[in-house]
Amino acid sequence: MAVCVAVIAKENYPLYIRSVPTENELKFHYMVHTSLDVVDEKISAMGKALVDQRELYLGLLYPTEDYKVYGYVTNSKVKFVMVVDSSNTALRDNEIRSMFRKLHNSYTDVMCNPFYNPGDRIQSRQRVEGQVSSLNWTVSLCRAFDSMVTSMMIQVC
Amino acid sequence: MVDAVLFELLHTEMVAELWAPDSDLDPGPGGQRTSLQVLEGVGFRVGQALGERLPREMLAFREELDVLKFLCKDLWGAVFQKQMDSLRTNHQGTYILQDSSFPLLVHVGSGLQYLEEAPKFLAFTCGLLRGTLSTLGIKSLVSASVAALPACKFQVVIERS
Repeated sequence: MAVCVAVIAKENYPLYIRSVPTENELKFHYMVHTSLDVVDEKISAMGKALVDQRELYLGLLYPTEDYKVYGYVTNSKVKFVMVVDSSNTALRDNEIRSMFRKLHNSYTDVMCNPFYNPGDRIQSRQRVEGQVSSLNWTVSLCRAFDSMVTSMMIQVC
Repeated sequence: MVDAVLFELLHTEMVAELWAPDSDLDPGPGGQRTSLQVLEGVGFRVGQALGERLPREMLAFREELDVLKFLCKDLWGAVFQKQMDSLRTNHQGTYILQDSSFPLLVHVGSGLQYLEEAPKFLAFTCGLLRGTLSTLGIKSLVSASVAALPACKFQVVIERS
């Protein structure tokens, strides 16, 4: 039920951003961009707090009238941002956490792909020219990431 | 448990292959330096991937020392099935990690024999440490030294901008 999923690198540029195609994508890109400020605020707040444990899941970043934005940061300072439709009230915190966990697992798989250079955009290239074998691996792993994100967005309620 | 043996064998082959006197590569000190760089580069990429995968279930690190402790306990445990023997620091960004019986050197020999061959077996691991640190957000320089096989020391110098 996510309408937009984004993976932002440590240096705050997007590694992967995908939204439901029926809506204006620019609006979601903008929302993700503004949510980065909130993420940074939460991370620095966690650093100053005297809490012993620091969680990876950041929770609800900010709500708007139509959407809610959730965040998650990994140990390598890669941020995941998810925009969810507000009208869907059945989504509980646990479900969001499990979606983020799946996203984290898929991202780790992409990272372990030897043909993926850390810092590149995560995309499955369709063109096959020459380097067939290496492309097959990259395509299959990024496609797995893509399809995992698709399953999160088209989950039927 | 078989993966440990497989990794050691693969590592031995990697070192042998990159060190082989090749007519294409410069057999003198220049070519050897390139081999060390290649090994370190391979280790770096593996370290980057491990730095993403290993801390997955763990909570966020609070400070640099936590990251180093993670290296000594979890990374060493995952790759070499043992923990680092000691970690020392001067609190100014330099850390010395000591391993009294490094698994990749254990089969090379013990004592002072083959001391000059030891560095090439450590290049991959130096890259591994540097790669993991870089994923966790720490730029560093890692070097290794051997006084007597199979004990070795890794020196990590954190680059402060």
